[in-house]
Amino acid sequence: MRKLAIVALVLVGGLIAAALVWTVVRPGALTGTSKVVNATTQVIDRGEYLARAGDCIACHTAPGGTPFAGGRAMPTPFGNLYASNITPDDETGIGQWTADDFYRMMQKGISRDGSLLYPAMPFASYTKVTREDCDAIYAYLMSVPPVRQKNRPHELRFPFNKRELLIGWRTLYFKEGEYVPDPKQSAQWNRGAYLVEGLGHCSMCHTAINRLGGTSESQAFEGGMIPNQNWYAPSLTSNQEGGLGNWSVKDIADLLQVGVSHRATVYGPMAEVTYNSLQYLTDEDATAMAVYLKSLAPREAPPAVTSTERLTQPAVLERGRKIYVEQCVMCHGNEGKGYPPAYPPLAANPSITMATPVNPIRMVLNGGYPPGTRKNPRPHGMPPFLHILSDDDVAAVVTYIRVAWGNAGAPVTPAQVNDLRKLLPE
Amino acid sequence: MARAAKNPLNLLGYAMGAVVSGVWLLTATQALAQDAAIPAFKTLDSMEARVQGCTTCHGQSGQGTGNDYFPRIAGKPAGYLYNQLVAFRDGKRRYTPMNYLVAYLPDAYLREIAEHYAKQRPAFMLHETVPADSASLQRGQALAQTGDPKKGIPACVSCHGANLTGMEPGIPGLVGLRPNYVAAQLVRWRVGERVAADPDCMKRIATRLTDADVTALAAWLARQKPPADAAPEKSNLVRMPLACGSQR
Repeated sequence: MRKLAIVALVLVGGLIAAALVWTVVRPGALTGTSKVVNATTQVIDRGEYLARAGDCIACHTAPGGTPFAGGRAMPTPFGNLYASNITPDDETGIGQWTADDFYRMMQKGISRDGSLLYPAMPFASYTKVTREDCDAIYAYLMSVPPVRQKNRPHELRFPFNKRELLIGWRTLYFKEGEYVPDPKQSAQWNRGAYLVEGLGHCSMCHTAINRLGGTSESQAFEGGMIPNQNWYAPSLTSNQEGGLGNWSVKDIADLLQVGVSHRATVYGPMAEVTYNSLQYLTDEDATAMAVYLKSLAPREAPPAVTSTERLTQPAVLERGRKIYVEQCVMCHGNEGKGYPPAYPPLAANPSITMATPVNPIRMVLNGGYPPGTRKNPRPHGMPPFLHILSDDDVAAVVTYIRVAWGNAGAPVTPAQVNDLRKLLPE
Repeated sequence: MARAAKNPLNLLGYAMGAVVSGVWLLTATQALAQDAAIPAFKTLDSMEARVQGCTTCHGQSGQGTGNDYFPRIAGKPAGYLYNQLVAFRDGKRRYTPMNYLVAYLPDAYLREIAEHYAKQRPAFMLHETVPADSASLQRGQALAQTGDPKKGIPACVSCHGANLTGMEPGIPGLVGLRPNYVAAQLVRWRVGERVAADPDCMKRIATRLTDADVTALAAWLARQKPPADAAPEKSNLVRMPLACGSQR
């Protein structure tokens, strides 16, 4: 209760302060009028590649809609946002934007008319993108067919519908500036860091989001629940979760670009990222990202699961084992080793044992297909079991795979399963 | 009735009363379905192994499972199955578990999955039948075999094949489907929840059906004995009474 009061106080205070500051510093429209569109084919091609690396299409395209015409709902804890039309239509898209307008938007999160963008647009990451790359993306977007489709207004609750409030958010969570290469690291590492921290905007999901919709730099890549999607984006820094320290660079690159690897497989929101974006990366760029991700130093590891927490009733384990033998063994094998990369291993797979059991429970309930990619166009799939297994069954079998074969996870409860069963898969 | 009497399960059911019959049959189909729903394949690099994601609902060979909703997909024309997979992927046909499963699968692979199931010829499963009075069954039979010209409803058989096994390339078979599924699809079509390629002939038909018609059709179709040859008819053997976008 006290926490809530403090949050409310901060919000109201922030709103007043922000409104005052806003009247003074409100950025206007840029004055430059030169709009030069004479990019070469090479630049446009590079822009297309970079736009894919940035996964612009995923948010700026409504389901079944025209690419980049906007309209996709982005549910947030603060209400629905609707992605904008970024086709070069003069009236409803970005047809009137100059390259300078576009760069300012990427760099500072300020729209052409001077209004502040909501941070669902990952400008906190895109700020690291170089001017040259922004210009290429701009050239590419100018080259796609213009679509006349008005932007749908956002549906945010008060006070989040007040853009002035974003001044406060920006002060807390936004650091402007292009990526600065680390001279102590290799060119490959720096390229990977540039892609992961910039266009890849990985931290949008893989860093916990706090009450104000911000991410803390000190917790970067430590993992977090993805708001409103009910998937857990594992930590990329801890070896106990998705932590990549003991993975081979090849497996990391495969996971990103192919969607499957010998260590794990992507499903859910990450399948979408691979499908729309990462599968199009060159091998060099996928490897560079992998090299950088592997190097993310393991932070202070979360405390290991204690033996008390791991305590599992023998009857539950036996029930889980029976279900495993009946339903799972065919694909994942007696020892949980799977048949990678077709069927992922469950033994020593950190996404099975991580503290938050959301992902393994969801996989058992809803099944899933990895994305069909250029290097894996015909993926193997897992069927849903929600209509075959009860909450007790699912809890038992997930508990079993979390503790069998030397896995060091904690048991899950039927109540945890029931919570996720009530949600529709996304 | 003569048809029902040939089936010992139905005969037993009629003797014991409709309710008991329902329970008995459900148990029998569940026992059968158990096998169909457990992952099984011979080699890893095969379509059987790749489509394990479909098995707990549609069975190992697309014959369906004990669940009283999920449809048989085996032997339906590949064009029809492909259209459905694409519609599920793009959100044009809505059923969340399906939308989720195929969300990130490319056209070529969906085509391959469709062709895989179109080739399957597993035995038909025993189905539960829903209780229906003889007037309702008569109405169902009439709609299926002769239609209702006064209301502008063509016979099911004029497009779905003389044996109701469907027609290449885009019209599904109606035999071996569960009454719940058939009724749900017709209602979805009527309210605009399910659509097909323009011109959407099924929408024209579904909007002319009453609730009683839907129930009658679902009940009558579920009672039909599957034909020995489950293959869909070749296209253009007959002139279709309505233009259908999915046949183009």
